[in-house]
Amino acid sequence: MPEGTERVDERKTGSVWDNFVRISMREAGVAIALVVIVLFFSATAPYFATPENFLKIFVQIAINTVLAAGMTFVILTGGIDLSVGSVLALCTVVGATIMVNPDLSPWVSIPLALIACMATGAACGAINGWVCEKWKVPSFIVTLGMLNVASGLARVVSDNSTITGLPQSFVDFGNQIYFGVLPSIFLIAIVVIVIGWFILRFTVFGRFVFAIGTNEEAVRLSGHNPRIFKIAVFTISGLTAGIAAMVFLLRLNVGSPIAGIGYELNAIAAVIIGGTSLSGGKGSIVGTLVGACILQVLATGLQLLGAEDNVKPIVIGTVIVLAVVLDTYRNRLLRNLEAR
Amino acid sequence: MTADLKGTAPAVEPVGTAGVDQPPSTEPILRFQNVGKRFPGVIALRNVSFEIERGEGHVLLGENGAGKSTLINLLGGVFQPDEGSIWFDGAPYRPASPLEAFSKGIRVVHQELNLLGNLTVAENLLFEQLPSRRGLVNFREMNRRAAELLAEVDLDISPSTLVSRLGVAQMQLVEIAKALAHESKLLVLDEPTATLTSKEVDRLFDILRLLKRRGVTTLYISHRLQEIYEVGDRVTVLRDGQHVTTRPLQGLGIPDIVRLMVGRTVEDQGVFRDDILPSGEALAVEGLKLTEASPEISFSVRRGEIVGIAGLVGSGRTEAVRAIFGADPKAAGTIRVNGQPVEIASPKEAVAAGICLMTEDRKQQGLLLDMSCAENITITDLKRLSRRGLLDRAAENAASERLVASLRVKTPTIFHKVGTFSGGNQQKVVVAKWLYRGSSVLICDEPTRGIDVGAKAEIYELMGRLAADGKGILVVSSDLPELMSICHRILVFSKGRIAGEVLRAEFDQNRILSLAYEEYGRARGN
Repeated sequence: MPEGTERVDERKTGSVWDNFVRISMREAGVAIALVVIVLFFSATAPYFATPENFLKIFVQIAINTVLAAGMTFVILTGGIDLSVGSVLALCTVVGATIMVNPDLSPWVSIPLALIACMATGAACGAINGWVCEKWKVPSFIVTLGMLNVASGLARVVSDNSTITGLPQSFVDFGNQIYFGVLPSIFLIAIVVIVIGWFILRFTVFGRFVFAIGTNEEAVRLSGHNPRIFKIAVFTISGLTAGIAAMVFLLRLNVGSPIAGIGYELNAIAAVIIGGTSLSGGKGSIVGTLVGACILQVLATGLQLLGAEDNVKPIVIGTVIVLAVVLDTYRNRLLRNLEAR
Repeated sequence: MTADLKGTAPAVEPVGTAGVDQPPSTEPILRFQNVGKRFPGVIALRNVSFEIERGEGHVLLGENGAGKSTLINLLGGVFQPDEGSIWFDGAPYRPASPLEAFSKGIRVVHQELNLLGNLTVAENLLFEQLPSRRGLVNFREMNRRAAELLAEVDLDISPSTLVSRLGVAQMQLVEIAKALAHESKLLVLDEPTATLTSKEVDRLFDILRLLKRRGVTTLYISHRLQEIYEVGDRVTVLRDGQHVTTRPLQGLGIPDIVRLMVGRTVEDQGVFRDDILPSGEALAVEGLKLTEASPEISFSVRRGEIVGIAGLVGSGRTEAVRAIFGADPKAAGTIRVNGQPVEIASPKEAVAAGICLMTEDRKQQGLLLDMSCAENITITDLKRLSRRGLLDRAAENAASERLVASLRVKTPTIFHKVGTFSGGNQQKVVVAKWLYRGSSVLICDEPTRGIDVGAKAEIYELMGRLAADGKGILVVSSDLPELMSICHRILVFSKGRIAGEVLRAEFDQNRILSLAYEEYGRARGN
C-alpha cells in the first residue's frame, strides 16, 4: 500500500529524459522505426525520396493495410485469422462475376459487387468465429480450414479462370490519383483504418475487444458473453477481406481464384510489427498501418538499393522477428521506468 | 501407532549413493535460519527458524495463508528467500530452480501433480535421466528400472501405461516413486491426501512408513489433522508467516493443535454490525446439486445478513458458489433472488438477476490486470455509459473517481493499470466494479486472501455498509476468526455438503472446526 503512494512521488520528480523516453517508447515506438527507415533509404537509395516512389508505395500497401486492419481486431482478442487471403480470392471472383455481367449497368453492378464482396467475406468470417466458439476449436485450425474451403469455392465460382473486362468507370476510379501522391485505393485503406481506430477507441465493442484479449474469463465472470464478441471480430476480419477484394479489383482489374496467396502472412506481419501482441489485449490499429508501411518501404527501398530479389525476403523476415524482439525490450524498459 | 514409528526412525543408512560417503550424522537434515520472504503488499514469511531431523516424519501445519506454500516453494526452488538462510544436509541451500532443488535431493510433490499425462509411467519416472545409448532411448532398460521403482511403492501397473489413464492415487504413488528414482533425501508432500479415498490414504501411509525405514525424511503438509499422527514424529506450526512452535506430536491433541494454528482472538478482526436487523429473503438456494451424484445444498440469505461459509479447501465451498453464479454448470437446483425464481445458466444471467461474485482468484478471474483502474470498474456495466454503442468517457471517469474515492483505493490516478496495485487495492477494485454494477446479493470468495490487515479492516467495514444497505452477503473464507467476527451465522461445508449451521450466539471455533473435520474422521473409519 505505501508503495503506491511512493510511486506517485517518483513519477512527479522523474527526470525529463525519463519522461521523454517513456512517452516516446509507449506512443511512438514503431513510428520512430518507420521514420528512421525512410530517412535511411532517402539518404542511400536513388529515387527513393521522390513523389513517384511514394505514390508507388501507397498503391502497394493498400490491400495489405485493409486486410491487416481486420486482422488487428482478431489478434487483439487473442485469435488469428489465416483465411483472409483465400477469402479475398473468393470475393474477387464473386465481385468480378457481378461486374462483368453485361445485363447490368455499371451504376448497379459496382455497388452490388461491393455489397456482395463484403457479405461473402463477412459470412466466411462469421463461420470462422462461430465454429471456433461453438466447438472451442483454436482459431488457427478453423481459419486454416477456411483458407482451403474458400480457395476451393473461388475455383468453383470462377470455373478455374481469371475474370477480366471490368467496367471502364470502375477501372478509372482505381487509377485515380489525388494531390499527386494519394491514389484512390490508398484513401480507401485510410478510411478503413480510421473507422477501425474509431471503433477500438470510442465504442463499447472496442473496449470488449481489448478486455477479452486481456482476460476472457474475467470478462465472462463480469457478466458478459465473450463468444458474441469473438464471433464479431472474425466477421470484421472477413468483412475487411471483402473490402480488400474490391481494392484488389480496383488495382489489378481481374478477379482471380489464385489471388491473395500468402496475403494472410503479410497482414499478420503488419499487425505484429505494428506492436500488437499475439496473445491479445495490447496493440493499436494505427500501429498496424505503420507496420504495413514498414514492410513495403523495406521492400521498395531494398529494390532501389539494387538488392537481389533473393536477399529481400531474408531482410524482411529478419525485420519481422527483430520487431518483436525489440518490442519485448521496449516493454521491459517501460516496466522498469514505471517501477522506478 | 506413533510410538512404534519412532522406534524405527534413527540411524538407518540413507538410500542411494548420496549418503554413502559420509557417516550417518546426527545434525539436522534441514535448517531454516531467520528465513523471510515478502511479496508486494504481503509478508509471506517472517523470521522463521526451525530444524528437521534426519529421518523423521515432520508435519507442517498452519491455516491457509500462514506461509506453508511459500515455505515449500522455497524448498522447491520456485522462490528464493529475501532474508535468512536454509541449510540442507550440512551445506547452504539456495536453489535457483526446481531442477536444482531436485538434483540436490529435495523432491516436492505438489497438490496439483506435475506429471506429463501423455507420456508413459516409465518415461515420467526416469524423465530427467532416460537410459539411452547414442541419443536413442533404451526402452527395455527404462521399463526394467521403472518396474523396480513401481514395485517399491507397491504399485501394480505396467510401466508402459500412459499417466493420463491413472487415477489420482496412482499418480501420487508415481510421484513418490519418482522421488525414489532420484534418491531424494527429503520428500515434501503437499496435502497428498486431499483427493484420496480412505483406502488409498492407508496405502499411502504404508508406503511412507516404508520410505521412513529406508531413511528418507518427509515433510508433510495436511489439513486433515487426524492423519498427521500416522506419519509424523514432530510438528511445526506456522501462523501469519511466523514460526509458532516445533514440538513432538506425542501428547499433543487436536484441540491443542487447532489452538496453536489459530492463535488470534476474534476481537482482532472486523466489527460485527449488530445494528443491522436482517429482514426478507435476498437469496435462496434449494436442492443445488453440482453433479447428479453430489449431495443437495439448500440455504438462504436474508437482506442485511452476512452469512459465512466455512470449510476446508476442497470441501466444495467454491464449487457451490460458482455454480450459484452460473460460472460452472450445475445438475439441479432452484435459485430465488428477492423471492423471485431465476434461471441461471451463465454469469451473464446471474448478474442480470442481481447476483455478483467476487472470485477467489482475483488476478486470474477478477481483474483485467493490463487495463486501467477505470476500465476494470466499468466493465460490469458499459451500457450505462454509452449511447448507441459509443462510450461516454467523461461519465466513465466520473463514476470511477467516485468509487475510487469512496473505497479509498490508493492509486495515483484512475488510469493506472491494476496489475501494479497491491493485493488490498486490487481487491477494492473488484469490490468497486460490483458496486458500480449494483446487485442485491454479493458473494465473496476469500475476500481478504493475501491482503494486509489494514485493507482487511476496510473490506469488513464495506461489507457491513452493504449489508446495512439491505444486500444479502455470502462470504466464503478459510479464515475462521474473520467469519466469526463479521457473520450472522456460518454454514460449515464438508465433503460437498453442508455439515452444519452455527448461529452467532453459538459461535465457537472448536465446534465449527469439528464440523469441518468431522466428515473426514468418519471417512477414515475411526
